[in-house]
Amino acid sequence: MRVVVDLNRCQGYAQCCYAAPESFVLRGHEILFYDPAPPAAKRGEIARAVQACPVRAISVEGLDAVTSPEVETGS
Amino acid sequence: MSALPEPGIVIVGASLAGLRGAEALRLRGYTGPLDIVGDEPHPPYDRPPLSKHVLAGELAPDATALPNLVPLRANWHLGVAATGLDREARTLRLADGRALAYRRLLIATGAQARPWPGPERAALSGVFTLRGRDDAAALRAVLAKGPRHVLIVGGGLIGCEAASCCRDLGIDVTLVDPNPTPLARSLGTFVGGVVAGLLERSGVDFRPGAHVELLEGDSFGGFRRAHLRGGETIEAEVAIVALGAVRSTGWLAGAGLMADAGGLTCDGACRALAADGTPCEDIYAAGDVARWPNPIYSGRLISVEHWGNAVEQAGHAARNMLAAPDDQEPYAHLPAFWSSQFGINIKAVGLSEGADSVAIVQGSRAARRFLAVYGRAGRSIAAVSFDEARWLPAYAEQIRAGRPFPPIRDATDQARIEIHAPGFPPRRSEPAAREIVDA
Amino acid sequence: MPDALAAEPPPLSQDDTLFARILDPANRANPYPLLARLREKPVRRQQDGSYVVSTHAAIRSLLFDPRLSSEDLPPFRRPPTGNPLKDWLLNPIKDRIATAHRPLIFRDPPDHDSLRHLVMEQFTVKRVRGTHDRVAAVVDTLIERCRGRDRVCLVEDLSYPLPVAVICELLGVPEQDESQFQSWATQLSTALEPDARRDADTRRANVASFDAIADYMRALIREKRRKPADDMLSGLANHADPTTRKMSDFDLVSTAILLLVAGHETTVNLITNGMLTLLRHPHELERLRADPERAPRVIEELLRYEPPVHFRTRKALGDIAVAGETIPKGASVMLVLAAASRDPERFPNPDIFDPDRADIQHFGFGAGLHYCVGAPLARIEVEIALVRLCQRLIRPRLAQDPPSYRPGAALRGPAGLEITIDGIV
Repeated sequence: MRVVVDLNRCQGYAQCCYAAPESFVLRGHEILFYDPAPPAAKRGEIARAVQACPVRAISVEGLDAVTSPEVETGS
Repeated sequence: MSALPEPGIVIVGASLAGLRGAEALRLRGYTGPLDIVGDEPHPPYDRPPLSKHVLAGELAPDATALPNLVPLRANWHLGVAATGLDREARTLRLADGRALAYRRLLIATGAQARPWPGPERAALSGVFTLRGRDDAAALRAVLAKGPRHVLIVGGGLIGCEAASCCRDLGIDVTLVDPNPTPLARSLGTFVGGVVAGLLERSGVDFRPGAHVELLEGDSFGGFRRAHLRGGETIEAEVAIVALGAVRSTGWLAGAGLMADAGGLTCDGACRALAADGTPCEDIYAAGDVARWPNPIYSGRLISVEHWGNAVEQAGHAARNMLAAPDDQEPYAHLPAFWSSQFGINIKAVGLSEGADSVAIVQGSRAARRFLAVYGRAGRSIAAVSFDEARWLPAYAEQIRAGRPFPPIRDATDQARIEIHAPGFPPRRSEPAAREIVDA
Repeated sequence: MPDALAAEPPPLSQDDTLFARILDPANRANPYPLLARLREKPVRRQQDGSYVVSTHAAIRSLLFDPRLSSEDLPPFRRPPTGNPLKDWLLNPIKDRIATAHRPLIFRDPPDHDSLRHLVMEQFTVKRVRGTHDRVAAVVDTLIERCRGRDRVCLVEDLSYPLPVAVICELLGVPEQDESQFQSWATQLSTALEPDARRDADTRRANVASFDAIADYMRALIREKRRKPADDMLSGLANHADPTTRKMSDFDLVSTAILLLVAGHETTVNLITNGMLTLLRHPHELERLRADPERAPRVIEELLRYEPPVHFRTRKALGDIAVAGETIPKGASVMLVLAAASRDPERFPNPDIFDPDRADIQHFGFGAGLHYCVGAPLARIEVEIALVRLCQRLIRPRLAQDPPSYRPGAALRGPAGLEITIDGIV
């Protein structure tokens, strides 16, 4: 999976940290550190993190079954 | 217009703005051909973690690939820079000699690190800039070997984040900046003073008001020491040159567009302006490279080198690219950025440039948890939060609406509001760093 | 705000009538049409000078506005006894002590932030996630107890006992004491009810409940100091981190009470509202049964569609312009969170329960500084409870619709939920 968090939106509610503790960690008062490439086995946890985020800041590719990876080098 | 006749849309730039622009085009129903050109060999990746978690070794350099949120069905041309633009023929020239015809073009080439002014010294081993994934990978590899001393030239966001990482790694750091405090250009010295305190507390050797004049190499072509104006020298194995960025517009030379190192000038709808000032109906720009009249700041021409603008402007440009010429919506954007350093989350909204005053409106500088608002001619124009992010939306709303400064009184956790000079350094009359001897 | 014990309620205006109808228990089962009418005017001044705010945009803006204070808990005041020593000396002291026990939901920064920080140090990810197996075991036991019956009373059989068991264990409160504190807790949660706040009898009862539960907590805290255990209360009472301020004993007692009361009063409603909604949407119940991975979406949509907390009050510290009105300094402000979560300007087809909606940014747990501390725990409890109920109850259907409701309008939920079943899997 690939994950990106819009840290302009993030306000450090830490709901993702409870949902997926190995992928999201809050440091200090409100610094979010996350794994942008969590393993597929974490799909359930990541889905919970996405849903639980009060500001909907988490975007994921590869959450809903198979979306084909688009990017290939060359043409 | 959902399907343009061949040729289709070409996007130059395969970073955040390019990717989100492509996604927005597909989301809005564009089904025609889509070509994406990127000078780096890597698929789109996220940059903010590079100067933080990648340097710290917490993330592998290739871990930050951006999620692709919409099926793109695009032809990717990665590792191939665009080298020129023929507006008459509507073709883009590529470094490998090919040409790509377009019906609509989105320019999202971003910016590149401002290099050390002397090319030979910039090429010394041990001298780094920090912008792309490869830069971060190379610098991380060196930091992982545990150098004794790292010199950072420039106390902007990247310089401070790198300093924070180095200290976390236990590496001695000297940070040199011509201004009295770090982050002086973006936040002013009043707020920057707090960051200076953070540097000091974490053991960074901060040299305010200092100028690096020369990077000296050894006989093996490795960086050895820096010479400051006034004769002092700083011994270090690594120099990180963090002097900001220049927009990637060089490839547009001769294209007849209003472009320079400060960006590609656009109209309010993100359409590139020709040299005569008329908008090109088929060429749009988004992200770091675009300079446009922002209605939130009375139509002042600005460019915004931040993550949120790349996403939003790309989406906006995509909308206008698919709309009729008489249905072009102006792009209004309240700039925003974040940075984490020394354990503190810094978030800002608005444009502090030109501010004549600043006030702490919540919390306190002493507690290093506060919210500061910047004013210009009696209006609130920007705000910055140190670990107080949840209040920021309220101030963002006030700034967007151009409310008086200071915007909110009678707030919780608000001491008596004192108005200070923000302490922005005068506009640069000379480069922040200068190579006087380069031989 | 005038002392509600003494004040005569002012006559009702048109706007008051609308809000009074929302508070009226007769409309508890379906307040949503009334909430829709409220939204026609996002900010309404009431006869008593308070304001009711109901649209998503206006509430969002106010939840982040630092001029809205949470310090609006009316002071405790014991009624006269006729005994001058008590009335003039002892009770005023007791009142001041009780009033000083303000829980953090009624506090502003910086106090709020440091208190909350101390709570979060105990409410760790490990501790909260560690409840998972225990929650599952409790849910299974409670469902198992219904075996052989053709009728389940959800509140009594599961929605109430589950969160009580969980919060007691987390805090370190002996569960067998539940019979003692149940009535105190229910009584104290009326602090969030606008009607009850105005009612002299209720406020008297609150004083008595507070005295009782505070005595109970003080004794328990002494016990935790004497013999610390691996629970939140022991952690809070024996705070060891010298770099942060520790809690005062007043704050310790009020925090313990808050966590105990909030830890179950709201979760009961969320579980019951959840099952009620699923039983009213059998297709969604079936989908959740077949695919438990839908649970996170179902839960967030429930928090939007049938939230456990319908409104919260705040106090304006300054004049605040919002949605074309100016709320004056000093005014009490009612944020109708449940109306915001059904605002058609924010959510297309807001009255349709649709877990697949793209964007469920609800106020079910509030937003901003006071975002529900217990949200992650509630999500775990509700997910396990709903999924197991869907999977283990055979052909569940509502025996009575609408169900009877508890009196609260702010903390809104069924008093009981009778479900007919064909058995237990």
